[in-house]
Amino acid sequence: MEKLMHLHPLDSVAIVREPIEQLDVIVIDGHPVTFAHALGFGHKIAIRPIAKGEQIIKFGVPIGSATADIRVGEHVHLHNIESNYLVTYTHTHEFTEK
Amino acid sequence: MNLQKNSTWQGYLRPDGTKGIRNVVVVVYLVECAHHVAREITLPYRDEAIHVIGFGGCYPNAYADRMMRMLCTHTNVGGVLLVSLGCESFNRQRLFDTIRESGRPVEQVVIQDIGGTRAAIETGRAYVASLLEAVRHVPRVTMGFADLIVGTVSGGSDATSGVTANPAVGKTYDALIRLGSTAIFENTGEMVGLEATMSRRGVTPALQIELKRAVEKAMRYYTVMGHGSFAPGNAEGGLSTIEEKSMGAYVKSGTAPISGLIKPGDRPPVAGLYLMDIVPDGEPRFGFPNPNDSSEIAELIASGAHCIFFTTGRGSVVGSAIAPVIKICANADTYRRMQEDMDINAGKILTAGVTVDELASEILNKLINTVGGIPTCSEALGHQEFVLGYKSFEPIGPSCLPS
Repeated sequence: MEKLMHLHPLDSVAIVREPIEQLDVIVIDGHPVTFAHALGFGHKIAIRPIAKGEQIIKFGVPIGSATADIRVGEHVHLHNIESNYLVTYTHTHEFTEK
Repeated sequence: MNLQKNSTWQGYLRPDGTKGIRNVVVVVYLVECAHHVAREITLPYRDEAIHVIGFGGCYPNAYADRMMRMLCTHTNVGGVLLVSLGCESFNRQRLFDTIRESGRPVEQVVIQDIGGTRAAIETGRAYVASLLEAVRHVPRVTMGFADLIVGTVSGGSDATSGVTANPAVGKTYDALIRLGSTAIFENTGEMVGLEATMSRRGVTPALQIELKRAVEKAMRYYTVMGHGSFAPGNAEGGLSTIEEKSMGAYVKSGTAPISGLIKPGDRPPVAGLYLMDIVPDGEPRFGFPNPNDSSEIAELIASGAHCIFFTTGRGSVVGSAIAPVIKICANADTYRRMQEDMDINAGKILTAGVTVDELASEILNKLINTVGGIPTCSEALGHQEFVLGYKSFEPIGPSCLPS
């Protein structure tokens, strides 16, 4: 069975179905990707290149924005995405006029 | 799906023409002080379709009053026994009249008038025997998907819930909407971050505004309650943002357009998908909107749900009074440990390569069996949880319902 699970056709990320061990190699979209770190169930992996500022799509909807360029196979998590929501609601004064 | 489209089953015809999938006698305590007597009345009838519901508070509450009237005249209810202490402030007469006007047999026992606990139990049991006999004569009627209202909740969620059971219920909801059923989803507190995504599904611009406002209200309310929305444990499970976490629960609603916004006790006027706004209006008071899963289930039932899809990862065991609960277990390990409590193993999506679509078909088949009278796991185990507390709501606005 596939180690990764693609939840929706529009998604730019897949989730880890079976835990990934360090140095596991998984072929994503024809490209072999070597994993530097172990990743548990539910974590997200980019299945296409995502540019800084672009929306991350999971379940077919935006779940946040990329804070850096993300390569295919890269772990997508707190270090490279941020909530659209928190930006809107925690920095209202700075961002509403943009 | 074609076979399912033509599925019909034998329901129970109520005097107003509505149809139920169960034929329950409810014994209703009108204040906590009458709870023990109500429970004792039902004890000899454990194997009959007889459920205890009630309201514990002695102070009056318009929401609880309406909930009780809607629940006692629910399509799955055939007859009612009210159990009153006597001095509580609940408007017993109004409830009694509402039930009688619905054409259902209704009786009442007032503990203080009849001379105490033992006399009330004895009289109550005699009433129950006659109510059970009366509901045996309720006419049967052919029911189909167009007659059906379902609701969904989740409880004891874990990292699997958002990728197995919840998407499978979402697909089932899409199928049911196509089949002409009515489906209700709720918990606006779990939609924080998804206001834009969710409200866009509203069928009119005015409804879209109402949907967005409902989530904004939930956020304000839960902030006052001190409810943390994104915990470190969520991030360990791979969730990165609040909208991602919310999406895992919200995905139960499927992808159909949203026809309307209702509040607990409002009956959807026409078939379609409805959001239930469960967060009270006005200044936060009375505590958490729904302190547990059972209070959410009671609200879905008060709005007419015949049957509830309950998704769980950690393994909830609850059922409900009045309406059967179909438990869909998101996690295959939990399913193995708690099989007798679980109607569906959605964990197979992760462990056995079953697709979400295949699982949705399995849920639909389970639903067909359930509405046809086969007990769900929680029904077979005798679960009949019921919780009703204090709340306050303004009526819904004119743009909330389809015209």
